[in-house]
Amino acid sequence: MVNLIMNGQEISVEEGTTVLEAARFYGMEIPTLCYDEGLSPYGACRLCLVEIGPPERARLFSACTYPAREGIIVRTNTRRVIKARKVIIELYLATCPSSKTIQDLASWYDVTEVRFPVKNEECILCGLCVRVCEEQMQAKAIGFIDRGTNRYIGTPFDRQSEECRLCGACMYICPVCQARCQGPQEEEVLCNACLNLSPPCLEKHDQALCYLDPCAACELDPASLKKPEVDS
Amino acid sequence: MLHLPPKIKSREDYYNYQEKALEEYGQSKPYIAVCGDTGCSIWGSKNIYDSLALHLQKKGLEQEVGLKYTGCLGLCENGPLAIVCPQEIFYQKVEPGDIEEIVDKTVLRGEIIDRLIYEDPVNRKKYTYARDLPFYQKQLRTLLKANWNLEPTSIDNYIAFGGYSALIKALTAMTPEAVVEEIKSSRLRGRGGAGFHTWIKWDECQQKSGRKFIICNADEGDPGAFMDRSLLEGNPHAVLEGLIIGGYATGAEEGIVYIRAEYPTAVEKIKLAINRAEELGLIGENILGSGFNFFVYLNIGAGAFVCGETSALVASVDGRVGEPAQKPPHLVKHGYLGRPTVVNNVESLANVPVIIREGAEKYCQIGTEKSSGTKIFSLVGKVNNTGLVEVPLGITLREIIYDIGGGIKEGKQFKAVQTGGPSGGCIPASLLDLPTDFEDLSAAGSMMGSGGMIVMDEDTCMVDIARYYLQFLTEESCGCCFTCREGVSRLLEIVEDISCGHGSLQQLELIKELGEVVKDSTLCGLGQTAPNPVLSTLTHFEEEYRAHIEQKRCPAGVCRELVVYNIDEQVCNGCGLCLKNCPAEAIRGKKNEPHYILQDKCDKCGICITLCRVQALTKS
Repeated sequence: MVNLIMNGQEISVEEGTTVLEAARFYGMEIPTLCYDEGLSPYGACRLCLVEIGPPERARLFSACTYPAREGIIVRTNTRRVIKARKVIIELYLATCPSSKTIQDLASWYDVTEVRFPVKNEECILCGLCVRVCEEQMQAKAIGFIDRGTNRYIGTPFDRQSEECRLCGACMYICPVCQARCQGPQEEEVLCNACLNLSPPCLEKHDQALCYLDPCAACELDPASLKKPEVDS
Repeated sequence: MLHLPPKIKSREDYYNYQEKALEEYGQSKPYIAVCGDTGCSIWGSKNIYDSLALHLQKKGLEQEVGLKYTGCLGLCENGPLAIVCPQEIFYQKVEPGDIEEIVDKTVLRGEIIDRLIYEDPVNRKKYTYARDLPFYQKQLRTLLKANWNLEPTSIDNYIAFGGYSALIKALTAMTPEAVVEEIKSSRLRGRGGAGFHTWIKWDECQQKSGRKFIICNADEGDPGAFMDRSLLEGNPHAVLEGLIIGGYATGAEEGIVYIRAEYPTAVEKIKLAINRAEELGLIGENILGSGFNFFVYLNIGAGAFVCGETSALVASVDGRVGEPAQKPPHLVKHGYLGRPTVVNNVESLANVPVIIREGAEKYCQIGTEKSSGTKIFSLVGKVNNTGLVEVPLGITLREIIYDIGGGIKEGKQFKAVQTGGPSGGCIPASLLDLPTDFEDLSAAGSMMGSGGMIVMDEDTCMVDIARYYLQFLTEESCGCCFTCREGVSRLLEIVEDISCGHGSLQQLELIKELGEVVKDSTLCGLGQTAPNPVLSTLTHFEEEYRAHIEQKRCPAGVCRELVVYNIDEQVCNGCGLCLKNCPAEAIRGKKNEPHYILQDKCDKCGICITLCRVQALTKS
């Protein structure tokens, strides 16, 4: 067992656990985009950054790839971490505003402006599709090609793949190809609809519908939700 | 080749070998050192060397007069260089037509050929002997001076002047712990840019057991930096000796030299050096009977700046894509093939034999408390004396640029000096008296880096410089982590906007905010230091950014979108030279009448200005 300090609390996890796994086990929230429990961690999205080390010399590391070690001091919500998170989410919004996952992150982490020109790309190169194809489906049909801003996901030499079994796991696991809600401000870069505590669903429904997963309250017809029978 | 037993198997063997080598290469006979480094060879120095060889042969002087095709001699600006020794008469800009006189007059009769002597561009004085040249006065060429009497392809030449004596000393008279202790006392810090204390890496590796590796990082990728290239071309054995000693100290029996493919000459030279050392038994099994085995492998890069980052380098050696990995775990715990691995820079390794041979105490007398020893800088840009300089750490930037560099070309104004390559920043005139050492340069918002030093004058636009480095880094980023890939390209987007006159003042704040986040949140050193050029230029040259934004004007006259070329009607004589040569066909006018430029066609290439004989063309 490895003992470490997370957010001021002494916690204990098994050897080989990552800081992200430790945090999730203890109920401390860290957002992720390129992480999936069933696949190896990659550390590319930079959303799970946490501050690790004694406060005078702490640095930001991706929690999903950092191994929990004896005595480390981890802080998941310092000013520095939240500053970085917000700018990173802002960059994601400017890259891929059509993604529901990213819009939800923006609302959840209070990102209220996008100061970069919008790119409207559809891939954030998180690598989940590559990893699910390789590790879960054992097909290795797709991978990363090229470097820097020219990087993209494709098959070797862009040829039709003989390894691909058309299983659709890559589409299933993609965190950004889920279309965003058709709610208010649907043409804007930033939706921010469910940002504040009085989300617009209350304009149409009797109760806030954040328990819906995924929440699609903006699209639901109020009549389609039956009021529950009240026993007197 | 000397006719001796092929292997050096003991201390005695070595000293016998050295004695014989000294007979062949000793300094008693005069010789001519012709610089064969890439810089001078492009000027045709090989032809000069060959012609000299032929001429000496014709005169029957091959035995009496030596001829060496050496590594970099320093003053690259004025190549090809030929130094007549032992007097060290410094000849520059040598042409094939000069070689007969060099032999007949200078070598045989000691007469100086005036036209080949260095003339200082500022004070117009002439300097005959190398030691008098202002360029060399403030340098301390601990590593590079060896080039003057060394044929880089000859191991015998290297041994003649004490080469490999440090290895002999380490293997026969010191324990690995003692070697590490000596490096610790010398306070040697990595010369690749990070300035990490070398002994710490070596010590940690030594304490691990099992298979270990030591890698020489020769992937020098900074634009404008060629220190490592010149060390490998000029004195590959010094680097090799450092690598073997490093292997002994760390207990790594396998050494790898990772060298970039863009250095074909250096690749040849180091390959040759490895072969020669193997022949003599200085690499291989049971070196000098000490029980220590060491084998060296060569690994060639494939065109990626990011592979200079140590974990990406290891991935590349492994045959995988050069993408950095998170640290921890550090390479010394989990490196190549998962084994403890030490990665050292070429120059760091070249310093090792010096330290072992002369002792750490002597080494520490040079440099400062926290930054000991010398550092090689490639001094390039708008200085008079561009080339490779080696200075004691702690010397001020002013001394390097003005005393050694000879000041700014064409008498222009100094504007900034860029150190540390794409990871570093620009230092303005107000900080010229900063000592050149690890701490002071970092505190000024730049860093020492691997040694690139680019001098800029009043005609350089700092916004354009920031744009250049950001462009370089967006192309070279491996693209894995989001903040580097997106963050750096967004910074480039903003700076390009500013450079075109479409920027806003809020963007200056955005650059700072985004830059700080990119520095904090990226996985590897490339991304962590990528914002440095733009952040440092913004700190020191904010007025220039503002001029681009508020006045839509580029003060240095560089940014194409903001520069306007004009023909002065009063001066133009209508000769039509500019019109005929304009690649965009943007100039109109009748013969002998003042011409004019069609601004929407003008490409801002500047050809017209260079051609105009009456200076009717101006840019604003």
